[in-house]
Amino acid sequence: MSALLDIADLRLSFRLWSGTVEVLHGISLSIAKGERVALVGESGSGKSVTARIVLGLIQELKGATVSGRIRFDGQDLGRLSPRARHALRGTEMSMIFQDPTSSLNPVFPILRQFREVLARRTPRISEAEARARATEALREVAIHEADRVLASYPFQLSGGMNQRVMIAMALANRPKLLIADEPGTALDVTVQAQTLDLMRKLVADHGTAVLFISHNLGVVREFADRTYVIYRGRIVEQGPTAAVFADPRHAYTRALLAAQPRLTGGALPEIAERDPAFENPMEVHP
Amino acid sequence: MSLLVLWGVSVLIFAIARVIPGNPARVALGPNATQDQVDALAAALYLDRNILVQYAFWLRDLMRGDLGRSLYTNRPVTQDIAEFLPATLELIFLAAMLMIVAGLPLGILAARFRGRWPDHVIRVFSLLTVSAPSFVWAVALMLAFAYFLPIFPIAGRLSEAYSIPRVTGFLTIDTLLAGNLHAFANALRHMVLPAVALSLSGIGQAARLTRANMIETYEKPYIEMSQAYGFPEGRIARTYAFRPSLIPSLTIIGLDIAALLGNAFLVEAVFGWPGLSRYGVQVILRKDLNAIVGTVLVIAALFLIVNIIVDILTVLLNPRIRLGEARP
Repeated sequence: MSALLDIADLRLSFRLWSGTVEVLHGISLSIAKGERVALVGESGSGKSVTARIVLGLIQELKGATVSGRIRFDGQDLGRLSPRARHALRGTEMSMIFQDPTSSLNPVFPILRQFREVLARRTPRISEAEARARATEALREVAIHEADRVLASYPFQLSGGMNQRVMIAMALANRPKLLIADEPGTALDVTVQAQTLDLMRKLVADHGTAVLFISHNLGVVREFADRTYVIYRGRIVEQGPTAAVFADPRHAYTRALLAAQPRLTGGALPEIAERDPAFENPMEVHP
Repeated sequence: MSLLVLWGVSVLIFAIARVIPGNPARVALGPNATQDQVDALAAALYLDRNILVQYAFWLRDLMRGDLGRSLYTNRPVTQDIAEFLPATLELIFLAAMLMIVAGLPLGILAARFRGRWPDHVIRVFSLLTVSAPSFVWAVALMLAFAYFLPIFPIAGRLSEAYSIPRVTGFLTIDTLLAGNLHAFANALRHMVLPAVALSLSGIGQAARLTRANMIETYEKPYIEMSQAYGFPEGRIARTYAFRPSLIPSLTIIGLDIAALLGNAFLVEAVFGWPGLSRYGVQVILRKDLNAIVGTVLVIAALFLIVNIIVDILTVLLNPRIRLGEARP
């Protein structure tokens, strides 16, 4: 089966005053159609920039150099014109962010923003049609008072409600790939769990592939079919989620798993900032 | 609240005008007048009485809509103000419009192309316009576009060839009321250079402010969201980044517009513009008490009106204030 997203040897470096800094050291990752794949790592490991490279946002920054090959849906993204890349955003791929409330524009009502998203697929969509389609999309995320929500500003809605709105927007154009960057980390735990459940059900229904970025191993375990563990810009372990969690082989993955709080209590071990064993070659589960 | 401020201004300016050294009656009558004549005029102006009594008399007259007589024009101050105020308002209105229609888009453009050439050009322009006072621009523009390249008239409000009946005192309105389009165009051409000179530093200031606030907004997650969803870059700049940034800019732009009133007097002096600011300077030099107090009061009132308008706009633009805070 051909992959929807296939990243090979992705490198990213930034040119700074002090010289060039490489942030990603050759990442390879693939996602099949409809597959849910997690990219797990600590802050600064390079997981968020990977997502933004897939969207094409980093390439537009001054001083950023991206190399490697990214194939999406049969096209080589590196060879596409900026215009063609832009056309994929919000249509074939979309994204959900950490904090739903601050990811929605504070001075425009939800409907206005929803309409702008829908217009990516349907240019010059009328307000009535946008309202109808937004209402439909909100029903999928179990929002039944669509009129009130669409007329509201983000600050008038709860964080959980905004997260559902984000999910509805992200899926409204039926993208092939959804990138979820630490979705709902800013929400409280029960709301986060509810919205993730909702999201998992929806992407399964629509056959949307997901690149799920997280540092929260508990959530990843629930959500993803396959998991990649990233450490300092390198993938250190990859495989089916169950296998990675049951039999972590790489030193870094073990340290990461050991650092999870448990119900049975006990002190958390410190993860060393660096450890020679963390630089070991990648472990691949079949 | 605003009335309280106006009252405070009246007390202050009343006191200051009387503390300035020099006998207004002597200045008004000239060096050849006898001491008896001077004393008589001073008595007629209640200048021989306690300052509190003077203020009480002045307040009593104000209630009747009387700001006293000007010693300089020998007419009621209200009549002077009615004559000179429209010219200044017209000028300031045009300058304020220029500030908004030129300053804000320049700021948007600079923020949208941050670090690229449009940004550099606009930043240099802003720096130049902000750092030189408006009368320097007045002289420079006059030399360039009225003298060397005589595109615009050099001074005044209207060519003498036209005689337009005075209705509102706003020449742009009066010429239209008279149905004389040529005169309207002529009045407008007279306004261009003074208005541009007056507004240039405001344009630069508005552009700088808009740029700075927008660059801050560009860091916000909701802008990244709109980029991730591929909203058109132009629309992101003009709408999704501009609107949230306008709220903090607005207060300062309002103050800058109000400050045009103060800057206007030098520009009016350079272009021979018969406006209130120029009148204000003349009456201060002649220690024309009633006229000084009246002029300052009108300018303070305009200041307050601008601020009230800004407050209303802020509420309209910010849904958080308009709809009340639903949650923290």
